Amino acid sequence: MIEIKDLHKSYKMGSNVLHVLKGINFKVEEGELVAIMGSSGSGKSTLLNILGMLDGADSGEYTLDGVPIKNLSETKAAQYRNKFLGFIFQSFNLINYKSALENVALPLYYQKVPRKERQEKAMKYLERVGLKPWADHLPSELSGGQKQRVAIARAMAAEPKVLLADEPTGALDSTTSYEVMDLIQKINDDGNTILVVTHEEDIAHMCKRIVHLKDGVIVEDKKVEQVRAEQYV
Amino acid sequence: MWLFDKDLWIEIFHTLGKNMLRTFLTMLGVIFAMIILVLLLGSANGMSNGFNKLFAGTASNSLFVWGQSTSEPYKGFERGRRIRYKLEDADILKKQIPEIEVLAPRIELGNHRGVVTVYRNGQTSGSSVYGDFPEIDNITKKKLVEGRFLNQTDIEGSKKVCVIGEETYKLLFDKGENAIGQEIRINGIYFSVVGIYKPNNNINIDGENAVFIPFTTFQKAFNSGDRMGWMAIAVEDNTPVPIVEKQIKDILKAKYDIHPDDERAIGSFDMSEIFNNITAFTTVLKGFSFFVGIFTLLAGVIAISNILLITVKERTQEIGVRRALGATPKIVKRQIVVEAIVLTAFAGLVGFAVAVGILSILDAMWGSGDDFPFVKPMISIPQFVISFVLMVGLSVLIGLLPANRAVRIKPIDALREE
Repeated sequence: MIEIKDLHKSYKMGSNVLHVLKGINFKVEEGELVAIMGSSGSGKSTLLNILGMLDGADSGEYTLDGVPIKNLSETKAAQYRNKFLGFIFQSFNLINYKSALENVALPLYYQKVPRKERQEKAMKYLERVGLKPWADHLPSELSGGQKQRVAIARAMAAEPKVLLADEPTGALDSTTSYEVMDLIQKINDDGNTILVVTHEEDIAHMCKRIVHLKDGVIVEDKKVEQVRAEQYV
Repeated sequence: MWLFDKDLWIEIFHTLGKNMLRTFLTMLGVIFAMIILVLLLGSANGMSNGFNKLFAGTASNSLFVWGQSTSEPYKGFERGRRIRYKLEDADILKKQIPEIEVLAPRIELGNHRGVVTVYRNGQTSGSSVYGDFPEIDNITKKKLVEGRFLNQTDIEGSKKVCVIGEETYKLLFDKGENAIGQEIRINGIYFSVVGIYKPNNNINIDGENAVFIPFTTFQKAFNSGDRMGWMAIAVEDNTPVPIVEKQIKDILKAKYDIHPDDERAIGSFDMSEIFNNITAFTTVLKGFSFFVGIFTLLAGVIAISNILLITVKERTQEIGVRRALGATPKIVKRQIVVEAIVLTAFAGLVGFAVAVGILSILDAMWGSGDDFPFVKPMISIPQFVISFVLMVGLSVLIGLLPANRAVRIKPIDALREE
């Protein structure tokens, strides 16, 4: 599903050049649930941004579902993001003046799905994350866990190839974190490919594979026995 | 066509509607600008209408010519000779100057601007008495309260009839008394009243205290022979009055042996000059109002742009999320520009409605006032369309500014700001 070969990325910080990614080779198959771990500054967020086409790499190859991702125009990148990727952010990034349902329907709007179909689909995904009764609520009326579940529904609404979660539990307490991870696991059970960036050991172990990043290189890549989050809920 | 994309409009109205206060504050500038523009233009129009009403009934392209005294000796004549025209001059001028449309000779009893005592049943009035042709009505229209003006039959039959001014009526008749058919006496001769006129708020050359009798009757009754006092002349619409004025003077100077450089011998008054001055005044006033209004509007639209710029900064995260979810730069740009257009157009309409309301109130209060030239203050449809199109056009251009700012936001930067 995802294939990365010799990926490099550096940032200019004044006169210094900060080499963040120093040759990443990495492959994700369909249906995997991968945790990307590392301390801050290890390059994990940069990697995720490149995977999410929010940022471009300096060199190296990136193929997503057989499509080479290279030299994308802003428009093309937006279209690919919409088609291939679903984002889950640490700070949820819901649009605060739109109801839960409208937030979930937003990616479908950019896919030019007709309004009625959009509403139905969004409702379906809200139901899946257990928030159907909250459809008309604004984000400010939802708890942190609920917000993240709305964000997950939104990420899934466009039926992307890959879900990218950047510290999805970073802003949540542990009980809520497990609820969210439980949801992510269940979505993965249905065959969706998910990448989770985290620095929490217990969250990482709820995935099926852990990739360890340190100073811009992968130092460890191992399959792990998945810990089901369900038992903590 | 995106213009008919219902979703876009729903999205825009949703965004604007959910941020009511921000939307309203953004619009305030344009609302006030539109109010100022419409009020200025409307008032200028009202003034222009007022002047038009003031001059209604007076042929604008006209002049008056009368005789004065010479100021230069010429051909053996001394200076200070009084110039008196003859009735035949009217025919000569009409024949030689085809641009003259109407020429109404007039003769006055007594000296110019002098008054004659008019008697009726023991009541008297000091009025001007004119001998006139009916054509004069084509140059200075009389608003008749009762009866009729002099006509051709009166001239041909030298009838002893007269038309009197309202002021004269008040002096000679009791209140509510029927004057038509009654007789008044001037210099011992009786004339029967056929009409009463009223000043119609316009330029009033003859005054309200005057008696008009047929020219031919005047000649016989007061033994004036072929003398003629002055002439009211209407000139063809597209001929400048000064040209005809000069021709007339040249002909008259030659006929009466006046020195060609004598400026004082022939008195004349060019009505068109006043009209031109006033037209120029109102045109400048209108142009100035439009100028000021449009620039106020520009300031209002720039204010919208400014606030949208701030808004874009405020909405960085939102725009970033939208971009991450698949909004192309074009979609983001379009949304901001259309927001600018909708804001401006709506604000413009609100301002327009308010201003029209104010103008209606002004109209109701002072619109029909006789003493102040202010009639139907309202902006015309072309003026409205021009300002509106200009405003919306500007809003597109100026909406592009924040739109480009929004497009420059990289989703990654926007999302990092949290």
